[in-house]
Amino acid sequence: MAISFGHIEELIALVDNVYSFDLGGYSRASLKRRVSRILTIYDIDFAGLKYNLVNSPGFFNKFLIEITVNVTEMFRDPPFYKSVREEICPYLATFPHIKVWSAGCATGEEVYSLAIVLSEQGLYNRSFIYGTDINTAVIERAKQGVIDLRKMKTYSDNYLQTEPNSSLSGYYTAKYDAAVIRHELRKNILFSTHNLISDGVFNEFQLITCRNVLIYFDTAFQYKITELLHASLTLFGFLCLGAKETLASNDLKNKFRIINKTYNIYQKIA
Amino acid sequence: MLELSTHIVYKLQRTGVLVLGCSAGGFELLTHILQALPPTLPYGVLAVIHRNARYETHLEKKLADKCAIGIKAAADKEPIESATAYFAPAGYHLLVEPNRSLSLDVSEPVHFCRPSIDVTMQSAADVYGPATAAILLSGANKDGAMGMMSIHRAGGLCIAQDPRYAEIDTMPAAAVALGGVHLILRNDELIIFSKQLSNYTFRN
Ligand SMILES: C[S@@+](CC[C@H](N)C(=O)[O-])C[C@H]1O[C@@H](n2cnc3c(N)ncnc32)[C@H](O)[C@@H]1O
Repeated sequence: MAISFGHIEELIALVDNVYSFDLGGYSRASLKRRVSRILTIYDIDFAGLKYNLVNSPGFFNKFLIEITVNVTEMFRDPPFYKSVREEICPYLATFPHIKVWSAGCATGEEVYSLAIVLSEQGLYNRSFIYGTDINTAVIERAKQGVIDLRKMKTYSDNYLQTEPNSSLSGYYTAKYDAAVIRHELRKNILFSTHNLISDGVFNEFQLITCRNVLIYFDTAFQYKITELLHASLTLFGFLCLGAKETLASNDLKNKFRIINKTYNIYQKIA
Repeated sequence: MLELSTHIVYKLQRTGVLVLGCSAGGFELLTHILQALPPTLPYGVLAVIHRNARYETHLEKKLADKCAIGIKAAADKEPIESATAYFAPAGYHLLVEPNRSLSLDVSEPVHFCRPSIDVTMQSAADVYGPATAAILLSGANKDGAMGMMSIHRAGGLCIAQDPRYAEIDTMPAAAVALGGVHLILRNDELIIFSKQLSNYTFRN
């Protein structure tokens, strides 16, 4: 069934009224695609969607799970991870404790990739990585640390492009069609829900990655989120955005220096 | 000059965006089309080609030197300007916001493709409605056929490369078979057509 941008605005207002949940900063073009997808998945029309949102307890959570885009990979953009290893890790090594935050971590592949890089640089034992996402379902999956074995081929290719000196297979055990991330790699990781729009600063970090999250927001909310990330960084800490995400405002640009222009890695200087 | 029927001319007069879809075997023709587009083109162009995210191609830079219109890799939330072609980056779908800016999206591939031509065509039709025009070129899968259908339904204009002259005819033939295509043009006609696109001024 075809829906319009008018329907999307109606939905945003409804979710705000009933659940005090703010979808107003999200990309309308993406929301429209996701809502159409929800109608198909649940085989309902727009009126049915509104009815369920108001009358079926628990449906809102299912709606939230589907409205977000959770597609992720291990070692997505391999040169980015190479840059983390070569340009960021030497700095991180000077801190006694390294706190890392992957904001919008989806099912955790990015968190495990960072854990691998840190561990190969001998930094994992003094690191702690927080993986957060608004979507409760992906956080549950991230905690399990189980990845579809079929995807590991692509992830291994990605990993090899970072020019490592070991192989990805050393970090998981294959069980039937699943790759189970090894315990040693999971012990300093905590996954939990956190909403970048409504939840605040919860720690001070040396490294924050927030990749492929900002593209789902309008420019005003992108600004709001990057302000939160800035406030969550220690001085000289690093902020890594997605390959197509840049610091938009001059105000924020002045508070960072660029470490890697292609992969949008910044260091907080003020 | 390519003679066009009045209902095509009417659609061209109200065009507000042009989507170009291209896959295997279509790249050279796409280059020629972009070179033929006049610097006075009164709207923006969204170019979606299937390319591998693994290889950095510097495609936009190479094309920019050859074309009269601006050539860019699409940036997230960038407003669409006239006489400029925005390329969907490898690994991202390209969407259009109601305020006529661009969004990038990493959601699931469509027809194993990201960027997908269907996705951008549908999104452009959502925003521009009858003011959407599209040209679909050679390719080895059926991406674009559904997108052309959405543009057709929105009242826009859909043009396909004549499948007989396409290096790989699957993509334009699928669009023709689905029924969303208004006009089928040979390669040389596509170039002439592109050259004359600034001749149709906006009329309400
Ligand atoms: C495309 S994924 C990015 C995953 C990973 N960072 C990567 O680059 O591969 C975007 C994630 O952002 C999350 N997200 C969306 N809105 C959010 C919000 N308000 N707060 C926190 N996370 C959010 C989504 O649930 C989704 O898992």
